[in-house]
Amino acid sequence: MTNLRGYRRPAPGTQPKHLHPPYVSSITRAPSKPLVYIPHTLTEVTGPLFGKEAVDAKACDLTRQHSGEPLGERIIVSGRVLDEDARPIAHTLIEVWQANAAGRYLHKVDQHDAPLDPNFTGCGHTLTDDEGRYRFVTIRPGAYPWRNHQNAWRPAHIHFSLFGPAFATRLVTQMYFPGDALIPYDPIFNCTADEEARNRLISVFDWANTIPDHALGFRFDIILNGREATPMEK
Amino acid sequence: MKLPGTPSQTVGPFFTIGLSRLEKTVLAGPTVSGEKITIAGRVIDGEGKPVPDALLEIWQANSHGRYAHPEDGQSKPLDPGFQGFGRIGVDENGGFVFTTVKPGAVPGPDGKMQAPHIAVSIFARGLQLRLVTRIYFLEEAANADDYVLNLVEPARRATLIARKTSVAGALEWNVILQGDDETVFFDC
Repeated sequence: MTNLRGYRRPAPGTQPKHLHPPYVSSITRAPSKPLVYIPHTLTEVTGPLFGKEAVDAKACDLTRQHSGEPLGERIIVSGRVLDEDARPIAHTLIEVWQANAAGRYLHKVDQHDAPLDPNFTGCGHTLTDDEGRYRFVTIRPGAYPWRNHQNAWRPAHIHFSLFGPAFATRLVTQMYFPGDALIPYDPIFNCTADEEARNRLISVFDWANTIPDHALGFRFDIILNGREATPMEK
Repeated sequence: MKLPGTPSQTVGPFFTIGLSRLEKTVLAGPTVSGEKITIAGRVIDGEGKPVPDALLEIWQANSHGRYAHPEDGQSKPLDPGFQGFGRIGVDENGGFVFTTVKPGAVPGPDGKMQAPHIAVSIFARGLQLRLVTRIYFLEEAANADDYVLNLVEPARRATLIARKTSVAGALEWNVILQGDDETVFFDC
């Protein structure tokens, strides 16, 4: 087992630090002691895999989960899941959740006084195809206020959860929309120090996947940790 | 490397909308071989308060020490009906409980076997990245030689070890996010 190839670690600044004081919730929850670096063992290079049996084929369309259509701007969110070497990550599970068009989550903790939408739950999932492609139909989520600081607003975003091929590749992130004026003020968006890295969380307006007379398209590619080129050292 | 990795972001407070579907607190049903165990505990923040909006994910080998994954090429048997994945949300008091089988030993990076362990990811509002830790077992002779445990300073190793309770098979293991008794978290 000394020939295991591990997964690459992120370049400095390209992932958030655990403690980011402008995001107030991190202050009492971030670890205060240094993380202990461990090599990737069989435990980390394996991980849960989900096949078609774990997926409802209709769950990629968040606009058709109820008797009527949800309110808001219909959008197509699509892209590819790749590793750092641009290899497609095929048949991997993606889970998404989001607020409705008014900026309200269907969740008992959400006290924002925007209306719920009886035709929108705000969750979906899908598997990538052979080429790592995925596609969701949904509505554009609204911005919403939160209590992080005076007059704090989250920019519109969709939460993404991905497994990839191994325990080491697990990723939960958020997708933002191009041109959103709230992005520069958002402590969660800004928790990644490297500007280029955090800007990769902003989707790209996607004419090619816009459906005329029906829905606008946004492209969001997701890059998971790539594999080490050589077996890791003992 | 051609493409830079996508940054992690917090799950926020509303993750149950998207992640509850795959919640799994019973990893092993009655037909799965091995010693049945229940692990219960709480997630606690740096002020000693329970964290009511956290999620644990489990990844572990079966009782023979085999992962249900194509990269585990060992000749040990797979258990139909045991994936080794669990997803457990905490309650309003930060409490969690899951039932599984005690994993067998798996190979380590030094050519020796690792002590039996369960890999854990912790997600919560306030955590921009998941936290990664492991659960080991008390009175396990292999702990002394475990490659990963030996990377941890001795005084902190107890945070990784599930304690026995007065009930057979019921173990206790807590997650302290921050402070003097902070759980060991791994850069992995």
